[in-house]
Amino acid sequence: MALDSKVPKGPIKDKWTDYKNKIDLVNPANKRHIDVIVVGTGLAGGSAAATLAELGYNVKAFAYQDSPRRAHSIAAQGGINAAKNYQGDGDSTYRLFYDTVKGGDYRSREANVYRLAEVSANIIDQCVAQGVPFARDYGGLLDNRSFGGVLVSRTFYAKGQTGQQLLLGAYSAMNRQIARGKIEMFNRHEMLDVVIVDGKARGIIARNLITGEIERHSAHAVVVGSGGYGNVYFLSTNAMGSNATAAWKIHKKGAYFANPCYTQIHPTCIPRSGDYQSKLTLMSESLRNDGRIWVPKNMEDVMAIREGRKQPTDLSEDERDYYLERRYPAFGNLVPRDVASRAAKERCDAGYGVNATGEAVYLDFASAFDRYGREQAKIHNIKNPTAEKIYELGQAIVEAKYGNLFQMYEKIVDQNPYKTPMMIYPAVHYTMGGVWVDYNLMTTIPGCYCIGEANFSDHGANRLGASALMQGLADGYFVLPYTIGDYLSDDIRTGKIPTDSKEFDAAEKEVTERINFFVNNKGTKSVDYFHKKLGKVMWDKAGMSRNAEGLTEAMAEIKAIREEFWKEVSVPGTAAEMNPELEKAGRVADFLELGELFAKDALVRAESCGGHFREESAELDGPQKGEAKRNDTDFAFVSAWEYKGEPADAVLHKEELEFKDIELKQRSYK
Amino acid sequence: MNLTLKIWRQKDSQAKGQMVDYKVTEISEHMSFLEMMDVLNEQLVNSGEEPVAFDHDCREGICGMCSMYINGEAHGPDRGITTCQLHMRMFNDGDTITIEPFRAAAFPVIKDLVVDRMSFERIQQAGGYISVNTSGNTQDANSIPISKHAADEAMDAATCIGCGACVASCKNSSAMLFVGAKVSQYALLPQGQVEAADRVKNMVAQMDLEGFGNCTNTGACEVECPKGISLENIARMNREYLSTTLKG
Ligand SMILES: Cc1cc2nc3c(=O)[nH]c(=O)nc-3n(C[C@H](O)[C@H](O)[C@H](O)COP(=O)(O)OP(=O)(O)OC[C@H]3O[C@@H](n4cnc5c(N)ncnc54)[C@H](O)[C@@H]3O)c2cc1C
Ligand code: SF4
Ligand code: FES
Repeated sequence: MALDSKVPKGPIKDKWTDYKNKIDLVNPANKRHIDVIVVGTGLAGGSAAATLAELGYNVKAFAYQDSPRRAHSIAAQGGINAAKNYQGDGDSTYRLFYDTVKGGDYRSREANVYRLAEVSANIIDQCVAQGVPFARDYGGLLDNRSFGGVLVSRTFYAKGQTGQQLLLGAYSAMNRQIARGKIEMFNRHEMLDVVIVDGKARGIIARNLITGEIERHSAHAVVVGSGGYGNVYFLSTNAMGSNATAAWKIHKKGAYFANPCYTQIHPTCIPRSGDYQSKLTLMSESLRNDGRIWVPKNMEDVMAIREGRKQPTDLSEDERDYYLERRYPAFGNLVPRDVASRAAKERCDAGYGVNATGEAVYLDFASAFDRYGREQAKIHNIKNPTAEKIYELGQAIVEAKYGNLFQMYEKIVDQNPYKTPMMIYPAVHYTMGGVWVDYNLMTTIPGCYCIGEANFSDHGANRLGASALMQGLADGYFVLPYTIGDYLSDDIRTGKIPTDSKEFDAAEKEVTERINFFVNNKGTKSVDYFHKKLGKVMWDKAGMSRNAEGLTEAMAEIKAIREEFWKEVSVPGTAAEMNPELEKAGRVADFLELGELFAKDALVRAESCGGHFREESAELDGPQKGEAKRNDTDFAFVSAWEYKGEPADAVLHKEELEFKDIELKQRSYK
Repeated sequence: MNLTLKIWRQKDSQAKGQMVDYKVTEISEHMSFLEMMDVLNEQLVNSGEEPVAFDHDCREGICGMCSMYINGEAHGPDRGITTCQLHMRMFNDGDTITIEPFRAAAFPVIKDLVVDRMSFERIQQAGGYISVNTSGNTQDANSIPISKHAADEAMDAATCIGCGACVASCKNSSAMLFVGAKVSQYALLPQGQVEAADRVKNMVAQMDLEGFGNCTNTGACEVECPKGISLENIARMNREYLSTTLKG
């Protein structure tokens, strides 16, 4: 099948408006006869479910947690972008569009990104009307902060809990519709397959996670908003349950999977402390505004620190290597996420990591304490302040800005970051790749849509901070509710979709057989054993820096782990009860396929772009020596993979990317 | 360190549960409490036994899934944190640790340490929202200024994660702190004023219907709340409630 992105004709500024004016609508009386399934209740799924229900459709929403409020979106810290230009610093729809395309290293679809920028301002209006308590200034108006990679202040925030507050807003809108009976909420339910009837998505098979019952649910359209697949690495900043199953199941039934190798590895996370580690914790990007990143210059000091003979604070300025400032004088500690992550890896690979695992660098606030302290001393007219006084005044300012993060760090690491530098290391954080969708957010299965982090649409090869929340809510509140109407207008006379068809029988049988296999297999190894093994291959060979040899090995190794998994996995308990090990088994089985496709995609993309760094594609000399080199002649396309059985046999379809409104440039942060 | 764990095991909601003893060895003080539970579960899986079911997801104190009652305290001995943020350095070699689910009539046990908190959902559905359509045709976000003080106070109330520790710590199993937090968030914002009276009435009615107990001001909820939700929110809800009943 040829890929058709269905981008409307006309100038980029008018596309969305013209499109909305021309699409077919479903009249309110007919919406009552149409059912829509929404899988996922994060920002994307939650906002979509609430809006579709409000429009009059009958919505069935699914989440594996015990409440929509607990979706992983709840954990987002920093903020949400919107082109409001409240600060009067020259922001505009075009500038947000431009920053997002450039930040994504010119690997996203222009028309989608422009639409995202266009609806961004509405999101803030909507959320304020819902009672989201965004931060305000003393005049009572909304406050903004700035985030990496941009020159304006357009990020709205609610302390360090922006995702929580936005999700609770969408949750409250859902609750209103649940109370009216327009949303039927299925908590503790996991979608395990999509059902296709006459070529269209017409329902799902789900497992009730309390009773183990397998259920059939039908609808006229299926929307998947199940989040990202970062947990393919085992360790990531994602929630423990975050998974690819819903996205992977629709892929296996015909939805193309796009750019699986585009992953964001976030530079500022708390390092791993041992083999028992179950997840990694993010320290917000905002810390890089005031923290300076370094490792010791001399190997003797590295050893002395690891063995506890020296403290980081014992090292003088000349004994420290502020490597970001050294390598990137223009941007310094504020280079984009991918660049900062690779630079940390480079130092640690060279042996300069500062903790026992050798995988940590310092994030030091000492100069911020000093700078703010002196400034405060001036403001308060303190003559000749002592070093202690300066420190005390500076510390208070840093505490007001980042107090909750410092406290979180201390609780986990048991060191006081006001007294000694923080230790950080990059960690997997976000997946830009995902299910391929057209301009309507429809996948290559008619009637099956994909929204939020689960799709590939807006961030190209790298996502800017505070843009995922924006995309999730844009998709759910403002884009999908229009585009899905155009599709559903053909279904007003279809009537209820029966669940006693042969298609439902077949899908249910497949799901049941797989579950029975797991509980009867009685192998010798736990699910986590395989998940950790997969994670290690992914991190070592398809992590921050990749090459053809490693990726080829990764494909073979993942295949071997998968084969061992299907022989040796052990799942205690039965199918007819709450069984967390069984849930994990299903998810890891899917990760074991996705991981191999990921490596294959990374192998095919023999260029460096955004978060995807191929060692073979770096600048060889000149001032940019060693930096990533993009190749627009051969790789300005989206890779969309068609499922053909084994991941290694997947077939590549290319969506060529055209840039009519933006000039392509190599990124430089020197 | 080596530890003895006394854990509540219950096959399903119908079964009668009991405390069962387990031993774990070589636990690092840097592990989180849930990582220690992972070690136990891995041990159980490898010996063919059923692992202990417990709720968790984000493991960073924000989703509100985790809910263990550890040594007689909701979320364990540390303050201002959830179960998933508790670290093993709070314990000593040789300790015996008792682990139970959050207990309340309105939180029936589903399995082992997992409880059913749908009662919280129904309370939110009874009025925990502002009736505004998600059409995008609302007025500009800056058209109603809100004092920084009110916005900050609303934010403090809104940080409740819906974990239920307040209920589990209260001898009456009262949900006043949880409900008060939501009522307060909206009461402090102009957008929430329009439906304020109905909201508090409906949410309180649902709370009573679910079988949560009365508040007798012991303050145990505030002490155990991982998010520092203050008793002031209960007082504000009481004022809101009183003013609606006075108005009739
Ligand atoms: C620590 C952290 C901080 C972040 N900070 C920011 C930030 O400051 N700004 C920003 O813009 N972005 C941030 N992000 C990224 C952003 O939070 C996510 O990309 C976004 O919230 C994803 O939303 P979503 O709705 O697509 O998916 P999610 O919120 O992940 O929701 C997925 C939903 O799908 C359900 N689900 C999954 N699988 C199934 C299944 N098989 N069956 C049924 N239901 C299923 C889940 O129950 C859940 O309801 C951050 C991410 C992390 C990890
Ligand atoms: S008030 Fe505190 S203890 Fe109660 S549910 Fe909310 S966060 Fe948990
Ligand atoms: S697991 Fe999310 S709060 Fe503990």
